[in-house]
Amino acid sequence: MDQKTIFLTILGMAVVTYIPRLLPVSLLSSRSLPPLIFDWLRYVPVAVLSAMLFPSIILQGHQVTFGLDNLFFWAAIPTLLVALKTRSLFGSVVVGMMVVAVARYISG
Amino acid sequence: MDTTSPTKARLVKRGWLTGFAQAIPIVLGYISIGIAFGVLAQKAGLSTPNTLLMSLLVYAGSSQLIAVGLFKAGVPALSIIATTFVVNLRHMLMSAAVSPYLRRWRKAELAAFAYQLTDETFAVHSVRLATGRPVKSEVFAINALAQVAWILGTWLGIMLGGLISDAQPLALDYALPAMFVALLVFQIKDRIQVAVALLAGLLAVGLLLSGVDRWNVMLATLIGASVGVSLEKWTKKRSS
Repeated sequence: MDQKTIFLTILGMAVVTYIPRLLPVSLLSSRSLPPLIFDWLRYVPVAVLSAMLFPSIILQGHQVTFGLDNLFFWAAIPTLLVALKTRSLFGSVVVGMMVVAVARYISG
Repeated sequence: MDTTSPTKARLVKRGWLTGFAQAIPIVLGYISIGIAFGVLAQKAGLSTPNTLLMSLLVYAGSSQLIAVGLFKAGVPALSIIATTFVVNLRHMLMSAAVSPYLRRWRKAELAAFAYQLTDETFAVHSVRLATGRPVKSEVFAINALAQVAWILGTWLGIMLGGLISDAQPLALDYALPAMFVALLVFQIKDRIQVAVALLAGLLAVGLLLSGVDRWNVMLATLIGASVGVSLEKWTKKRSS
């Protein structure tokens, strides 16, 4: 593919990415939502965060694995405990990364 | 007694500082994934301006990585655009979820905010917005810093090429998963939300394994949130 076609494709990608980002917030933020929709939306963050997180920590390739070599899963446990205890985003992330770095260092 | 109220300028400045602190995990994650994207885009034959432009205009990590693979495979432009659309459709749910908190915002501010709404900025904002009202400057500081990190990472990837292929010793690749774990913990306030988190997470995995790899996050979110709100109504009815 030549660079001009790639450029035009990128413009197309930009448009189809921006529209779903823009429409709900620009249409909904100026009106009051029906209570049921409002209640439903309150569950979206929890649902979408776990839907994005779970595959990254319990899958390796296309395999569910809880073996010790699945560092991402095991490091999630101290990360979760620190988050519960300290309520600090930065602290949790640092602990999670340190656990992964140290485990990798030990296992060579 | 503190009788001096902070001036608006000071509030704005403090907003930028808090925003920067909040953005640190995103910045670490985006620089490292941005590098990976830059390297792959070069290998797939995208020019430097086109690679940077994609990070500037599209600004959606997973879809950019998928697109690079499709460019390399010679997939037609329209299919690449259609795939991008499907992969990024999940932002609709995020945009809808933050909308009740952005009531007083001007159209231009909403347009700028939506432009930089990513999985990760949403994750941070959804926690902050629900617990009160962070100043706008804080929200925009997080967004601006995140995208700067993404573009910087992309640029580093282009410049360094294959030189640095390994972010593993620093565990930079764990910055974003760890951030999601923590933000999920901050979001969860009751048992129904625990159930929703487990259900949506496992559904996303299950769908992915059964081949629904582009709609899985969206479907799992729709089902998870619906089950959550149904459980809420059901338990309220029973206790009343």
